[in-house]
Amino acid sequence: MSTPIISFDKVNKWYGNDFHVLRDIDLNLAKGERIVICGPSGSGKSTLIRCINRLEEHQQGRLVVDGIELSDDLKAIDTIRKQVGMVFQQFNLFPHLTVLENLTLSPMWVGKLPKKEAEERAMQQLERVRIAEQALKYPLQLSGGQQQRVAIARALCLTPKIMLFDEPTSALDPEMIKEVLDVMIELAGQGITMLCVTHEMGFAKAVADRVIFMDQGQIVEQNTPEQFFNHPQTDRAQDFLSKILGH
Amino acid sequence: MSVRVFQSLPARPAPVQQGGAIGWIRSNLFADLRTTLSTLIIGGVLLWYLPMLFNWAVLSAYWLPDAQACHPVEVGACWGVVAEKYRLIIFGRYPFEEQWRPLVATLLMMALLIASCSRAFWKPWLVLAWVLVLAAFFWLMLGGFGLSPVETDRWGGLPLTLLLSTLSIAMAFPLALLVALGRRSELPAIRTLCTLYVELIRGVPLISVLFMASFMFPLFMPQGTKIDVLIRVLAGITLFAAAYLAEVIRGGLQAIPKGQVEAAASLGLSYWQTQRKVVLPQALAMVVPGIMNNFIAIFKDTSLVTIVSLYELTGALGLALNSDADWRPYKIEGYVFIALIYFAFCFAMSRYSLWVEAQVNKGKLR
Repeated sequence: MSTPIISFDKVNKWYGNDFHVLRDIDLNLAKGERIVICGPSGSGKSTLIRCINRLEEHQQGRLVVDGIELSDDLKAIDTIRKQVGMVFQQFNLFPHLTVLENLTLSPMWVGKLPKKEAEERAMQQLERVRIAEQALKYPLQLSGGQQQRVAIARALCLTPKIMLFDEPTSALDPEMIKEVLDVMIELAGQGITMLCVTHEMGFAKAVADRVIFMDQGQIVEQNTPEQFFNHPQTDRAQDFLSKILGH
Repeated sequence: MSVRVFQSLPARPAPVQQGGAIGWIRSNLFADLRTTLSTLIIGGVLLWYLPMLFNWAVLSAYWLPDAQACHPVEVGACWGVVAEKYRLIIFGRYPFEEQWRPLVATLLMMALLIASCSRAFWKPWLVLAWVLVLAAFFWLMLGGFGLSPVETDRWGGLPLTLLLSTLSIAMAFPLALLVALGRRSELPAIRTLCTLYVELIRGVPLISVLFMASFMFPLFMPQGTKIDVLIRVLAGITLFAAAYLAEVIRGGLQAIPKGQVEAAASLGLSYWQTQRKVVLPQALAMVVPGIMNNFIAIFKDTSLVTIVSLYELTGALGLALNSDADWRPYKIEGYVFIALIYFAFCFAMSRYSLWVEAQVNKGKLR
């Protein structure tokens, strides 16, 4: 395996004094690898991926992203954030800006692109998620599925090497999940490194190189989707799968 | 098995309310026993009182500036007091023959304020206009360069009210932004400092702040340095207003979901970029009514500077009437006159606030 693009080495994190949320996380991702992280709520899945762009701070161990170690060095954090796009469960679009302005904000202020160029890039990304005709609307005028697709396009506008998805379909109406997953599947085919916290098993089977199962702050097991869903190796994973697939 | 094709029912218009004036009156004034009763009581009081007011203010009022003629008129207002004293009320102790200067200064300032309210004028040159108008204002009021000099302690009336409120609002707002952000800072020193400032200022009445600015502050200055009383008072009002304003703005900041800041951070925006582009626009939009409330309060609070012998609109009225035994009995008419002036400004501000609210809430409309 060549140098990993993301590498966790014995990473630990606590919330307050007694909630040990990440415990000795060891994890390497190759460039272009697509992994799905699942597990019960409170297992540390979101915290894990939020450490990668330093929305959360880890307290022990080493975390290296694209050759840069995450520390208190603000410059390093800025550099990493330009390489890492993130999509949130609650979309987190800026409601006071139009769709287009949501997309051009970072390219113009962080990437220092001229407005015209930023808008061209934004329109390309909007076409990529098939929502270009909504460019001048405000986020709250769109459906949940449309908003999440805009959020994906916004993250892509910085042309990141890595994309993080934090339960991107959990806040959506059932009928809108597919349109978002379709966009994500398309994206997965384009060589970008992806980490996705999700319980959409169909998505995991379709695109993931690896499924990571977490519980109580630990990586319990990791395997190909095929192996993980059909032959889980721990009782904890078997129990989890029986609960989410059993009905 | 064949599939049944779903067809939705065509949309129908909502049932029409009973229209017209009669329908409105019935549903709003005489809907049931309680509303009917309160309509009758309130209507009765108005019917009894309004004619009396109208009689006092208009029918039996005396309009000419003649104090002797007013005396026999007992049930009517004596508007002559306004006709006689309006220049003293509006311009205070400013030298009488030079009063065209505060007039022009006031008109310039009002034109600037009205222009600043309109989106069409939000261009870079508006900053230049502010600098020029303020320079012109001070030149006209102070004199020099061909005009006879007038000390600031002779300024008064409406120009002084306008100057104090405009400048203190313009300076208090940015200060309040910083203090509101500071109170939420992660740095304990900044947070404590801002909290201390707000609590200290809120703990004392404006009058005592003005008193300190005017009389106590100079005691602590090195001998020989003299800061104009106008500037000291301006600083006092600004510091006072900023503390209240900061709390209103902080209320808006608290209401912004954490996800907004996280999204901005994930996009690589710095702290100041995040505040300026993401947090503040939304936070301020939420508290427009509260902010305008404070602006209106500042405008009226300027009337307290009389305590340190600056005779703005309210102070100038007292000055105008107390110094003249003939007209002293007609204070009510005088106060009604300046109340109308205050109301005109405050009402304009509150209507403008509604317009701003409509503008900033665009994104929320479906």
